[in-house]
Amino acid sequence: MIRDITIGQYYPANSIVHRLDPRVKIMCTLFYLISLFLFKSVLGYAIALLFLSFCIRLSKVPFKFIVKGLKPIIMLLMITVIFNLFLTVGGDTLIQIWKLRVTTEGLRTAVFMAVRLIFLIMGSSLMTFTTTPNALTDGIEKLLAPLNIVKAPVHEVAMMMSIALRFIPILLEETDKIMKAQIARGADLESGNIIQKAKSMIPILVPLFVSAFRRASDLAMAMEARCYHGGEGRTKMKPLVYRKRDAAAYAITLVYTVTAVLVGRYVSFHIWIF
Amino acid sequence: MDIVQTRQLIFDYDKRDDEGKVIGHHRAIDRVDIDIERGQFIAILGHNGSGKSTLAKHINAILVPTEGTVWVDGKDTRDPDELWNIRQTAGMVFQNPDNQIIGTVVEEDVGFGPENLGVPTEEIWQRVEDSLKAVGMMEYRSHSPNKLSGGQKQRVAIAGVVAMRPKCIVLDEPTAMLDPNGRKEVLEAVEELRKREQVTVILITHYMEEVIGADKIFVMDKGNVVMEGSPREIFAEVDKLKEYRLDVPQVTRLADELEKRGFPLSRGILSIEELVDEICRLN
Amino acid sequence: MSIKLEHVNYIYSPETAYEKQALSDICLEIPQGQFIGVIGHTGSGKSTLIQHLNGLIRATSGVVYYEGRNIYEDGYPLKELRSQVGLVFQYPEHQLFEISVLKDVCFGPANQGLPEEECVARAREALEMVGFPEKYYDQSPFELSGGQKRRAAIAGVLAMHPRVLILDEPTAGLDPRGRDDILNQIARLHQQSEMTVILVSHSMEDIAKYVERIIVMNKSSVLYDGKPKEVFSHYQELEAVGLAAPQVTYIMHALKESGIAVDLSATTVMEAADSIEASLKKAGKETVGTV
Repeated sequence: MIRDITIGQYYPANSIVHRLDPRVKIMCTLFYLISLFLFKSVLGYAIALLFLSFCIRLSKVPFKFIVKGLKPIIMLLMITVIFNLFLTVGGDTLIQIWKLRVTTEGLRTAVFMAVRLIFLIMGSSLMTFTTTPNALTDGIEKLLAPLNIVKAPVHEVAMMMSIALRFIPILLEETDKIMKAQIARGADLESGNIIQKAKSMIPILVPLFVSAFRRASDLAMAMEARCYHGGEGRTKMKPLVYRKRDAAAYAITLVYTVTAVLVGRYVSFHIWIF
Repeated sequence: MDIVQTRQLIFDYDKRDDEGKVIGHHRAIDRVDIDIERGQFIAILGHNGSGKSTLAKHINAILVPTEGTVWVDGKDTRDPDELWNIRQTAGMVFQNPDNQIIGTVVEEDVGFGPENLGVPTEEIWQRVEDSLKAVGMMEYRSHSPNKLSGGQKQRVAIAGVVAMRPKCIVLDEPTAMLDPNGRKEVLEAVEELRKREQVTVILITHYMEEVIGADKIFVMDKGNVVMEGSPREIFAEVDKLKEYRLDVPQVTRLADELEKRGFPLSRGILSIEELVDEICRLN
Repeated sequence: MSIKLEHVNYIYSPETAYEKQALSDICLEIPQGQFIGVIGHTGSGKSTLIQHLNGLIRATSGVVYYEGRNIYEDGYPLKELRSQVGLVFQYPEHQLFEISVLKDVCFGPANQGLPEEECVARAREALEMVGFPEKYYDQSPFELSGGQKRRAAIAGVLAMHPRVLILDEPTAGLDPRGRDDILNQIARLHQQSEMTVILVSHSMEDIAKYVERIIVMNKSSVLYDGKPKEVFSHYQELEAVGLAAPQVTYIMHALKESGIAVDLSATTVMEAADSIEASLKKAGKETVGTV
């Protein structure tokens, strides 16, 4: 069962977002992320919210899944909020408890940071929910292709990434097996201080590394046996080809980015302190 | 022209000390001459360490001879210009099902070989479908390999090799890590393949039951070919095989045991029907 | 009673899309000193079953008793249980990690809290028990052959002096002689000590030759539990669930159908030869001298 954990969690569905070229999704997510950092007023975030909701709706990924992606960063969120809340100086003081002072500037920064983080995570999650890890590596490989001119190992890196993705579940399962075997020999992986716990990882890590190297060696031989000799001369079974929907997606994202940044940066609008 | 030929083949593995310095060598193949005819089902049997896997790796030029020569489809495996041609001619399926599957989706893995050969996209799809049909795995084409059984994974691996349209398929202990059902699946797929595609099949194994249908068997021990012949001829030498750390199916052992006890039975009985027939005739 | 399972159930990933019942209402009693074989198709629950015996997996419901004590009661020393019930996984050589074979085999006894000299003594004893050559004691385990690695791994469990030894497919991946060697070693171990030995295997011929009791697992339940001859007499039902009987069983039945009076319960080559010889002699056939 441990084999079913996928990095970045892909949510299978048949939406138009799923069917977009991965390059489009990568680039659009990038534009969206950059836009988040350029806003100065609440209007920008409002437009971003509209855009995000529109995309989530189109993707047919249930909202609760997107929200689930926020769980791991709750801690980070809290820390960010608290730090900014109490440590920012500027503007009028709102509340003062003992030495702790909350200023308007602090509140503003804290809230904007939090919103930015949340929108960031939700946007990125949406991309990984609608794009398989392999499609992502294909997309990255195609996008970075111009670097081939400077002899950067684009194809090799992409190949490495997709092989790593393929083997992560296998290695996870192997770790589980090794742990069980060592526990059966009386290994104690839970008790003791930091140093003892680290030492107790050796009987797990050494066999795991040995196994990983052996697999790598076997795999290299198998790849060569199937005539793999680098990226030159290779054709693609599933080549990335832009379609109309991809052009439309680029267009919509461009419109969003320009509008949101212009409005968010240059239009004066205030609700209270925001 | 034979599909595979070796002449006075010698292969030495380097022995290294802790610092990686070469301190000697281990002779894994010791003067082997083998001729393999096209379209045949050849088996190479031997215990672990007999040199059979090392020999197999010479057929697709993963290893090149220390001395002597290996020709595949008339090409010398030492010739660097022919390397990729040789590997396309002689495809190989390995022992560990997981460690030879590269794609995260079955059909993508089968397409890996043709992609490497520069086959145009449309033709890749055609080949992938044909190969998956040939091994009976079409319905799993969009599945992740992680969810497949060992036998299914090996069939995908075979499809991946078939998609390269080789003249010869070498299977290096393909069933060693499988359970009996998986073993059956794989052997049936190989049998099917032979009939449909008429490729030469070279099966490396130490399971005697798998080679009953072979056209010719080579038995290896300590880097040499020590026995050569039809299954019947080889299976007849039960004691010799035991010396070479191999074993025969129970039916053959039983026939041999009865023969030792004085009953006149044919040599090299391979199937239950044969044994039952002969015993009935004695009755 | 050494080990007892009462109405043991185990469910994988409960309440998810991958929920699966791996063990259903298992009731077993295993007396000390028995040599048992466990067979079953892949997914039948046999690996899950053996991991319940040393507490690696905790039953979803039901109780496991070791030497009369419920291993799920509060404060039960599971670590202690694992030194009494030793489990050797499939391809055990994948667990080797130390600088030398001797040190690796010492890992188990060291975890039991034994002083170093005792660990080394036990390690040497265990390595000898599995027939591991002394000249390789100080070698790195990663430089050994497959068969040697496997012996070292098994010694690693034996060094803990378990009273029950469970081996999951100990012959996987070995050549015929390697298989015979390991199984003979295990049989000898069983004879010399009073260990309960539980062998999980796919090879019917291996099981038939060595064990005194066979437990057949099918789709999370126990299908048959009895002496080898009894179990293999159900060869048609075994086939229906994806298993088989030793080839000899099929031979004997085929002979019987062709009118030769033979012992249908024979499961090894020698038994079959004896029975056929007797039958042919009775029919008055003469032997044609010795070959």
